[in-house]
Amino acid sequence: MTWFTIIIAGIITYFMRMTMVALVDRNLLGERVKAVLTYVPSAVFPAIIFPGIFINDYGTFIEMNDPKIFGAIIAILVGYFSRNVIATIISGLFSYWIIIFLL
Amino acid sequence: MLSKRQIFSKGILAVAPHMFSVIPFGIVCGAIGIELGFSPVLVYAMSIIIFGGASQIVFLQLLSGGASALIAVTSVGVINSRHLLYGAVLSEYLEKLSFIKKLLISYLVVDQGFAESNKFFQKNRNETHLHYHLLGSGGTLWVCWQISTLAGIILGSFVPEELGLKFAVPLTFIAIVVQDIKKLDHVIVMITCGLSSLLFFDAPFKSYIIISPIIALFVAALVLRLKK
Repeated sequence: MTWFTIIIAGIITYFMRMTMVALVDRNLLGERVKAVLTYVPSAVFPAIIFPGIFINDYGTFIEMNDPKIFGAIIAILVGYFSRNVIATIISGLFSYWIIIFLL
Repeated sequence: MLSKRQIFSKGILAVAPHMFSVIPFGIVCGAIGIELGFSPVLVYAMSIIIFGGASQIVFLQLLSGGASALIAVTSVGVINSRHLLYGAVLSEYLEKLSFIKKLLISYLVVDQGFAESNKFFQKNRNETHLHYHLLGSGGTLWVCWQISTLAGIILGSFVPEELGLKFAVPLTFIAIVVQDIKKLDHVIVMITCGLSSLLFFDAPFKSYIIISPIIALFVAALVLRLKK
């Protein structure tokens, strides 16, 4: 039963990936829609970033002095000035670890 | 004009730095599946059949918590519905591919690959073999996802939970959008999305992940109108 469920979930996920690429004719989208679509990264990724920082594993809001907020601020600063993905991730993780393990 | 191989390598290199978050997250994903009591084969098969990090964890957590199969499948569908947006953006650059190639390449579209290949596409519209970038980025992410979830399944509870490795996920996406905080219109869209995601976090089926982008895109449409 679980296997069957996974396969259905996989097929649905695949359709989400494939529909707009292979099934929908791009000419159906108007110019305004295409212009709005250039904002997709900015409109989607904060929905992964914000909960990943501000909500803990139990689904509740973190305290305002949580080390994850500090780690995220460091990552934003390092990322902005270094333009380097690895530096962004590592600086965020390390500043987070320094607080939870050393302080 | 770049060759197919050059573009393919650029795709690999573009996502390679994201491995610092994809690999830890994959390990956590595999480990959680085993911890929840599912068979290793089943946990691993999800990495091939679903191939979507967060949705795999949610799926197993729901089933182990006694939720019905319908709820688990619906949640995976809702969480992964953001790929409809990625597809709509990418279709511009993949238009000329044959139907079969479109069907095959779609399987490889995931968040980081979409983000990095989209950046490349915007700057190199006139290249002929653009889709090789997506093959390179998506293919790399696929291989690393398979290896890291397998590693998590094998290592299981050896992965110390205190490390908070899941925190690498928001960090990797910060790295993707951080250069856009220079642009006021993008900042407005990002903050709209982020605040909406917190506001709707408890909406059923994890639907905040698609509700907040839709709200943010409406705001983007408004911003575009004001800019004119």
